[in-house]
Amino acid sequence: MSLADGLFRPGDSPLHRLRPQVKITALLAFTCAVAATPREAVWAFGVYALLLAGLFALARVPASWVLTRSLVESPFLVLALAFPFMVEGPEVSLGFLTASTTGLWAGWNLLVKATLGVWAALLLSATTPVAGVLAGLSRLRCPEILLQITAFAIRYAHLTVAEVTQMRLARLARCDDPRFLWQAGALARGLGVVFIRSFERGERVWQSMAARGYTGRLPLEVGPAAASARQWTAALSVPLLVAAIAAYTAVIA
Amino acid sequence: MSDLALHIPTDVVNGPVSLAFALLAAVLVGVCVVAARRHLDDRLVPLAGLATAFVFAAQMLNFPVAAGVSGHLLGGALAAALLGPWLGALCVTVVVVIQALLFADGAVTALGLNVFNMALVSTFVGYGVLVIALKVLPRTRWGLGAAAFAAAVVSVVAASAGFVLQFWLGGEAVGQSFGAMAAAILGTHVLIGVGEGVITAGAVTAVALARPDLVHALRGTPLARPAALKETA
Repeated sequence: MSLADGLFRPGDSPLHRLRPQVKITALLAFTCAVAATPREAVWAFGVYALLLAGLFALARVPASWVLTRSLVESPFLVLALAFPFMVEGPEVSLGFLTASTTGLWAGWNLLVKATLGVWAALLLSATTPVAGVLAGLSRLRCPEILLQITAFAIRYAHLTVAEVTQMRLARLARCDDPRFLWQAGALARGLGVVFIRSFERGERVWQSMAARGYTGRLPLEVGPAAASARQWTAALSVPLLVAAIAAYTAVIA
Repeated sequence: MSDLALHIPTDVVNGPVSLAFALLAAVLVGVCVVAARRHLDDRLVPLAGLATAFVFAAQMLNFPVAAGVSGHLLGGALAAALLGPWLGALCVTVVVVIQALLFADGAVTALGLNVFNMALVSTFVGYGVLVIALKVLPRTRWGLGAAAFAAAVVSVVAASAGFVLQFWLGGEAVGQSFGAMAAAILGTHVLIGVGEGVITAGAVTAVALARPDLVHALRGTPLARPAALKETA
């Protein structure tokens, strides 16, 4: 995985072919619908997980990849595990521990919604190239200036990261033995040097852009392509289904 | 993994509070764009882009803290010290958004919360502490280092306090345990902040010694040198 590619997995599935703006909207709608589902509707979350699993299969993303990537949320799982013992409410006994039922529901709520949120976001990042995400955001009227900064950042990030790695290697090659706190000084000085280099590179890039007639906006005539009504319906069918289930369970409860 | 702990996932904080913070964050980021553009004009895009790439590199740098646990920089105070509050906040915002959309780190619905804590609160609080500390401390490399250290510690704790506030407003009602939870979160982040502070102080002084004009917090004045050595030919 390189930084410039994000988590993108090249492929040619129906999900890869969907326009990015459609997928971003679908992700947002899906996450909101999941968040709005009452925690007691356990079966609904099962249905959501099955829907996502189906989509992952359609996009040919292996389950092991999804599970490894899901670890990003692990610190919050600690909070989910702590809820049963922190929240006050009627208590139940679990072997040698006593936990409150309200807290158990709260922990479950956090666990399941965070996991579904991460999976949905992984589906987007696995099937959409970085440039596609930016184009989609631009179609969704995200301010151009932020998108341009982002594009530059992604374009040069792998370079700065490589610079940091290179400096570390150079240090190791000169018999530096970085350990725990003793590495902090060298690390920090290296970071300072990388900053100076990045800033100077930024100025050089700007100068060459100015020499080519740059006046503060990129001369892009070609806007990202619009999505057809069929694409919108296809992509929003799953979030709509989820929203319908969320509404149904909320009314029943 | 210090920074992951702050990327809030789905529905830890409820909808209305998330929405309110998203609006607040959007307005503040807008202000940052306007202010940064005033200073940099048409240089904004390439310079901010490269500075963001630098924040990325700084965050990529993992260092082992203890067995099996590795931490990495949040970079709010570092960005504020080197780039100033407006451009710094803008760069960290872009990093947080990229992590949410391209690396599935932090929920899309919690983007406003995450940007508010990690980009806006940490950068602005860090910059504030730095400016005040630089007024009090001598403008030497140790004075600057101490100021950057303090700024980084306070900025990390302030970012986690931002989460505690959001959780208090729109999280689970944990009743009396809230105090204990808040203390645990803030306490952990004091430790994380110390690590962050050491690196930030080292990096900022390294830049200040080589290119003092690039440290925004110094406002173009170089550090006071220890009494200049007489040059003997």
